[in-house]
Amino acid sequence: MADITQGIPIATQVPPPRSTGVLGWLKANLFDGVSNTLLTLFCVALLALAIPPVIRWGVIDAIWHAPNGQACHGGGACWAFIAQKFRFILFGFFPAAETWRPVSVLAIFLFMIVAACDRRMWGRRLGIVWLIGLCVVFTLMRGGFAGMSKVETAQWSGLPLTLILAVVGMMLGFPLGVLLALGRRSRLPAVRAICVGYIELIRGVPLITLLFMASLMLPLFLPAGVTVDKLIRAQVAFILFAGAYLAEVVRGGLQAIPRGQLEAADALGLSYTQRTRLIVLPQALSMVIPPLVNTFIGIFKDTALVIIISLFDLLTTAEAALSDANWQGFYVEDYAFVAVIYWSFCFFMSRYSQILEHEFNRR
Amino acid sequence: MSESNAGSGPMIELQAVHKWYGDFHVLKDINLQVGKGEKVVVCGPSGSGKSTMIRCINRLEEHQQGRIVVSGIELNADLKNIDAVRREVGMVFQQFNLFPHLTVLQNLTLAPIWVRKLPKKEAEETARYYLERVRIPDQADKYPGQLSGGQQQRVAIARSLCMKPEIMLFDEPTSALDPEMIKEVLDVMVGLAEEGMTMVCVTHEMGFARTVADMMVFMDRGEVIERAPPKDFFANPKSERTRTFLSQILAH
Repeated sequence: MADITQGIPIATQVPPPRSTGVLGWLKANLFDGVSNTLLTLFCVALLALAIPPVIRWGVIDAIWHAPNGQACHGGGACWAFIAQKFRFILFGFFPAAETWRPVSVLAIFLFMIVAACDRRMWGRRLGIVWLIGLCVVFTLMRGGFAGMSKVETAQWSGLPLTLILAVVGMMLGFPLGVLLALGRRSRLPAVRAICVGYIELIRGVPLITLLFMASLMLPLFLPAGVTVDKLIRAQVAFILFAGAYLAEVVRGGLQAIPRGQLEAADALGLSYTQRTRLIVLPQALSMVIPPLVNTFIGIFKDTALVIIISLFDLLTTAEAALSDANWQGFYVEDYAFVAVIYWSFCFFMSRYSQILEHEFNRR
Repeated sequence: MSESNAGSGPMIELQAVHKWYGDFHVLKDINLQVGKGEKVVVCGPSGSGKSTMIRCINRLEEHQQGRIVVSGIELNADLKNIDAVRREVGMVFQQFNLFPHLTVLQNLTLAPIWVRKLPKKEAEETARYYLERVRIPDQADKYPGQLSGGQQQRVAIARSLCMKPEIMLFDEPTSALDPEMIKEVLDVMVGLAEEGMTMVCVTHEMGFARTVADMMVFMDRGEVIERAPPKDFFANPKSERTRTFLSQILAH
């Protein structure tokens, strides 16, 4: 504070030494007191023990080319196995001659995801792009015209299957979740009861049970001769499951909206739908981005459970790759490879959600 | 239903209005008439029901007995009537209640675009006109969180005005403001009053009430205790309760 009696402002001064720059940072973050210094040294020691062996195994001693499995057993990782099984792990039982089709599907998914990340694109146009994109994905996978052989859904496998289940599950599960969350806060007791019942029922049951029901029980209830594709049944189970979980996340956001916001919207004459769409949801959803993305990541990894109804997602094709008699015993390489794929998608979601949060928090 | 008999009748009419929160009788037999262009200032101790009363006028609160007619439209369970009344009645809140996720300009154009169905360009022109009127034309692209309390409240007034309401309700518009910002908001309200807007204000700003009000209403414990032109109201209040209240708030 300036001295009021004299009216002379105090000149700005340089900060004390050692509080800025590299040394200042090191001191503040790594060597701030005895216990922190010990902790820092301990962590450095742990890293020094752990990292070199991993690099030796994964890079220095690794075998990149080998004619078969016997030639590949050395001290290090056998990446030749991954090279050999690459197509199978990613695309599973899709006819090898037509690998370009699932490759294009992956490219379309990547394109659509990148497009959806740009906030300026958000709106009806993006919805149309996604709708067309998903139709193209479906047509490409299914084939059966223009020289493309028809591929049954049972042969859709690997990464495309994982992406279809996860992306469609999230895309349709999300609006379902929003509707359920709104319904749970409805003034109409019947609507409220239905939504609460639905959420509690689905949330209280393991996903595996839902998939089993969809796969084994549902056909029993359908009239004879009527069959619903297994993939569609699994997909529906995913959507229902995602909807219930997302509903509770969204409800958390709805409850955080101050009453005054609703009153202001009412006083301006907005209808319930307008109020919800323009005032409530934009605020509620931006508040729950972290738990929302948490749920999305969970859903993405839960797709691996479809093995239980013998659909071949990415993890399952990776496991199937292990059964080749010529290439025995490369578990670590195999699982490390799919882990990296799963991790990249989840890490991407996590980073993107942080960017979004940052953008919304700026105002 | 008695629609569009506004003509020369009162803009707002409350007849024998009662309201309860559970067993608690918040509004007891309220009778009030506000004519076109009239300014009514409602005051009273906290918990006297004045906010509840003003919030019944645009149905943010529901009355359980009696009749409320606004601009010739009766407020009842008919949602169409409620919407029609809300289109004609602007409201300014103690806590501003601006939409924090929208810019100032978007706050102002939202209702005209979605409720009045105005083209975006026209809504923006109106919005800029009213921002000018409340003396913050240069803040249009900021978010409410970046403005001071006084500026936010002026934006909130402009937001209501953009709907071109016939009636403005003010629910303690300056109670949440720092002292140095109260004047800038009151100035805007005085300007609005001078232009002939029909206004009902719940406020403790007695200076403002003296300059602007055509009618003072004093409420206590859910009842209207006294109703008089400001001159009489301040000079010789009839009821003891009014005298006590006035001596408390005018003491400083």
